[in-house]
Amino acid sequence: VLVSVICSPPQNYPLYIRSVPTENELKFHYTVHTSLDVVDEKISAMGKALVDQRELYLGLLYPTEDYKVYGYVTNSKVKFVMVVDSSNTALRDNEIRSMFRKLHNSYTDIMCNPFYNPGDRIQSRAFDNMVNSMMMQVC
Amino acid sequence: MTPTQWDFPVELCCRPMAFVTLTGLDVVYNAVHRAVWDAFCANRRADRVPISFKVLPGDHEYPKCRTKRTSYEWYIPKGILKTGWMNKHLNLVPALVVVFYELDWDEPQWKEKQSECATRVEIVRQSLQGRNTKVAVVLIQKKTPLPPGEDVIASERAAALCNACDLSGKSLFVLPHTDHLVGYIIRLENAFYEHAQTYYYTEIRRVKSHKEFLNKTTHQLLFVRHQFKIAFFSELKQDTQNALKNYRTAYNLVHELRAHETNMLEIKTMAGFINYKICRLCFQHNTPLDAIAQFRKHIDLCKKKIGSAELAFEHAAWMSKQFQAFGDLFDEAIKLGLTAIQTQNPGFYYQQAAYYAQERKQLASMLCNHDSSVVYPNPDPLETQTGVLDFYGQRPWRQGILSFDLSDPEKEKMGILSLQLKEKNVLHSELIITLLSNAVAQFKKYKCPRMKSHLMVQMGEEYYYAKDYAKALKLLDYVMCEYRSEGWWTLLTSILTTALKCSYLMAQLKDYITYSLELLGRASTLKEDQKSRIEKNLIKVLMNESPDPEPDCDAAAVKASQKLWADRVSLAGSNVFTIEVQDFIPFVQCKAKFLAPSFHVDVPVQFDVYLRADCPHPIRFSKLCISFNNQDYNQYCVVEEAYQKSDILEQSSQGTMCLVPGKTRKFTFKFVAKTEDVGKKITSVDLILGSESGRCVILNWRGGGGDAASSQEALQAARSFRRRPKLPDNEVHWDSLTIQASTMIISRVPNISVQLRHEPPALTNEMYCLIVTVQSHEETVAKDVKLTAGLKPGQDANLTQKTQVTLHGTDACDDSFPALLPDIPVGDLQPGEKLEKPIYIRCGTVGARMFLVYVSYLINTVVEGKEILCKCHRDETVTIETVFPFDVAVKFVSTKLEHLDRVFADIPFLLMTDILSASPWPLTIVSSQLQLSASMTPVDQLESYVENVVLQTGESASECFCLRCPPVTNASGVPTGCYIISWKRSSPVESVPVVNTVITLPHVIVESIPLHVNADLPSFGRVRESLPVRYHLQNKTNLVQDVEVSVEPSDAFMFSGLKQIRLRILPGTQQEMLYNFYPLMAGYQQLPCLHVNLLRFPNFTNQLLRRFIPTHIFVKPQGRQADNSIAAA
Repeated sequence: VLVSVICSPPQNYPLYIRSVPTENELKFHYTVHTSLDVVDEKISAMGKALVDQRELYLGLLYPTEDYKVYGYVTNSKVKFVMVVDSSNTALRDNEIRSMFRKLHNSYTDIMCNPFYNPGDRIQSRAFDNMVNSMMMQVC
Repeated sequence: MTPTQWDFPVELCCRPMAFVTLTGLDVVYNAVHRAVWDAFCANRRADRVPISFKVLPGDHEYPKCRTKRTSYEWYIPKGILKTGWMNKHLNLVPALVVVFYELDWDEPQWKEKQSECATRVEIVRQSLQGRNTKVAVVLIQKKTPLPPGEDVIASERAAALCNACDLSGKSLFVLPHTDHLVGYIIRLENAFYEHAQTYYYTEIRRVKSHKEFLNKTTHQLLFVRHQFKIAFFSELKQDTQNALKNYRTAYNLVHELRAHETNMLEIKTMAGFINYKICRLCFQHNTPLDAIAQFRKHIDLCKKKIGSAELAFEHAAWMSKQFQAFGDLFDEAIKLGLTAIQTQNPGFYYQQAAYYAQERKQLASMLCNHDSSVVYPNPDPLETQTGVLDFYGQRPWRQGILSFDLSDPEKEKMGILSLQLKEKNVLHSELIITLLSNAVAQFKKYKCPRMKSHLMVQMGEEYYYAKDYAKALKLLDYVMCEYRSEGWWTLLTSILTTALKCSYLMAQLKDYITYSLELLGRASTLKEDQKSRIEKNLIKVLMNESPDPEPDCDAAAVKASQKLWADRVSLAGSNVFTIEVQDFIPFVQCKAKFLAPSFHVDVPVQFDVYLRADCPHPIRFSKLCISFNNQDYNQYCVVEEAYQKSDILEQSSQGTMCLVPGKTRKFTFKFVAKTEDVGKKITSVDLILGSESGRCVILNWRGGGGDAASSQEALQAARSFRRRPKLPDNEVHWDSLTIQASTMIISRVPNISVQLRHEPPALTNEMYCLIVTVQSHEETVAKDVKLTAGLKPGQDANLTQKTQVTLHGTDACDDSFPALLPDIPVGDLQPGEKLEKPIYIRCGTVGARMFLVYVSYLINTVVEGKEILCKCHRDETVTIETVFPFDVAVKFVSTKLEHLDRVFADIPFLLMTDILSASPWPLTIVSSQLQLSASMTPVDQLESYVENVVLQTGESASECFCLRCPPVTNASGVPTGCYIISWKRSSPVESVPVVNTVITLPHVIVESIPLHVNADLPSFGRVRESLPVRYHLQNKTNLVQDVEVSVEPSDAFMFSGLKQIRLRILPGTQQEMLYNFYPLMAGYQQLPCLHVNLLRFPNFTNQLLRRFIPTHIFVKPQGRQADNSIAAA
């Protein structure tokens, strides 16, 4: 299972959310939404301690019985969240990190599109394809 | 099976304490015994030893000890742990039995008493046959004992007593019943505690000793049992480190057991117990990470051990309990000082427990959906002979059977059926809700608002399943706004769908309508067919009919709710609902807009309302009205359309009041503002759905429209660069519309001109004339014209005091005049009439000032066929600079016109004034006047020389006065007086008043000198003509002065007279010295220099002298006296 989402500050509504398989979508949406609590907390902790500003990967947000939730936040506080099946032990931290980086790059590409209005929900074939390839890799 | 089957037994959860029984105490009738007992039980704080005491009669029967097994060879255990074992060692089998006996050392009947005591001990020993339980004797004595060794009888009798009772000396205690009872008791119980520890130590040794008889094949269960017992005894011994170690070993042994479907429950139960103990001890040792790690390991090991598939719900229940128990332990540890963090807190465990409880419910509903004809088996397979199980986690119908084969499949089936039927009656929702609310409380503590909301949604849904719709709705309604504000529409839609079901099932009209409105709106992610269904239902409700039931609702509940709806229909109660829309996202959007941010009062106010529906079908509404803060305008902004009931569903989009999905509809209003209104605002827009005959819903937009999502949308639209497709002229893009909720009513544009005529800059203190010309360009009479003129308010407060305004310029005004003249009535102005008004301003200080001239009047005009009386005004401001008219310079000079920094007493000097005009306009000095102070006296007449002088810019006028100052005593300075200049602007206007400017003259320092010399000589000499010079030496002191006078010769002169002399001058008199100078050269020549030397005043120098007497004189050449010479010739 892989769900990826991008949330935009300050409202935190999802710009893009996709999950495979789709039948239990609502539950994943809730999982992602609740994980923002931890992201928020980590961001506020970041503000306090001057940690390396270049490190955007937040790591494992919190473990549940069935899923692992990972987070990533850009310097402009756009949040990326990924939910992965916890039985998928083959997935290493480094791979998650590089997946986030890929997501971030794609997101940057979208932001560079002059026809994209920041804050609108993302509708991009290129982005879809990238997410698809990532899901293929994981599932 | 009890509902609490999954709960851990109390004896497992409590903290094991050494068990000590006290016998021989009569706590009911004997006050002394009562006091002793109270001292044992009362105030058992943490600093006292952990012992649980119990008072039992001396002949109490303790549980029988089974005969010790010498060999385990043929022994096959029937289960892991007996259900009674823990309780037995906590509450039944004591570590120590204490026999209390009242006996003093000097007891007269010692022998009898001693033997009675021995009998009592014997009875206790009898009932403890075979156990290692210790026995101790406490003698309750009335007397305070003597120090050991001093009381010979006591030690003798003690030894005898020990002997009689077969006790060691360490087990005999004396308890004097004196003042220090508690102190003695504490010492006693410490001694008991030592005995108890020895007992538990021997017990541990005893259990350990069995080990060597066991073999791995048949005694697997015993390994676990013994290990558990050792750990439990260690706990009783308060040796928690060893207890933990032994529990860990036991835990590993449990998982080594051969597992099968038949004994899975037993293994899991024991694993759960041991895991609980380990986690508990880890928390107690303040190693929470160990506890968490152990728990994770436990869950990972047991997760897949489901056991019988038909009883899968049992596994879920067991899992749920594991998580809950761990959550409880964690929470308890936090209460004792442990700190938890956001990502590791008890909430997660409660949440997971709730999740398993939900799974249990699902499994139960799947596995236990027996037909109602299935009856509970008889005899009850869950009944046991004793009413309880022998071993933990075994099936009641096959206790103690270790075989993995089912000997009686029929019995097994019956057992499972009975368990399933029992499960059917469990109130799962209640369990789930309790766990969820526990989790909510935790997440609230650890800053997880979203997690909390999510759990509350789950709670709401659970209440919905439990058919407690009111509570469900309350919870859902509470969290809805969080999801709405964060813009998670999928989640919001799901919550709304549940909420709609609840409100349908309760027939809550207003809620039903509100949720429908939002589910039809743009934030809803429902499919079109769903929306269509909801809209049809909504319209039914509006027509006062019952809606169709929501899908997936409980059939019985639907039936009940249909009846409620029918009641609602027949009930003619209040059918008007007002819904405030700004808190949610309804399917009708509204934007209200004044066409301009301000309107003149004589122009009609134009106002548009845009409406747009997002629902799948067109919808009609009956009325649109707008409320303003001035209610009078409301009547002008109403659209109403009566329609038939049947029309509401009509698909045609005809009619003004029909909103077609996706199209923007515009309503235009126009009204005339009231003249007294300024700064008006739209307070709300009401849209009424339904009709008076059916139900009526009033949608109320506060402000100029907009709902919970619209501000974000407006922001996005404003940022967007996307080109919008071209639309026909009469349509507009919704996103491009902006709300303009308020407009300002401003007064009518004035049609008069106001002109100001003046000659800047103003001069200080002058009456400055400002001529105001007002001309009317109105077509009708301007009535009640009023003029306000003066200093513009809001400037420096000092300016207000230093500025006066008056209408009468002929006389100078004083400080009492105001700075602003308000509302000077001027009368009416006919069309084209012109009016002139001079205003005089006096500015006391220099600097710039803003002056305001404000003309107001009333006029009748006609707007939209309505005559209104408008108030118009025009204002002009002007900035006027004020400058000094002239600069006055004053200086003191000697009679020789030399500058003086001080004057000499009694010696005349000159005061020179210099008036330099700084005004750009010509000034007329009307007169000037010198007012001397008393200490100054004029030498001659003081008359003005500048009277009626006109000064142009940059010109100056000077005057000179000769003054003398009598000697004064004070050295600091003498006031001179003041100089008054009367002046005015040289203007053709005669009436300009004269201004008197007073200049205070500087103080002057007066010095007295001992000797004054003045020379008396002609103004010029002529070559070779005698020039008589007379020096007057005047003694100004009260002393006789010795004076040396000498004259230095000069090349230009010959002279006669005393060249060098020494003389005396009496006080107040003067000496005259006469010289005849004979000039030899023409030109400006130096006179022979006179030196005066005062013997008494060495300070009197020639320098000073030079001030008084001339040093040079002009010598004319000898004239050729033509006539004379000719005559002579």
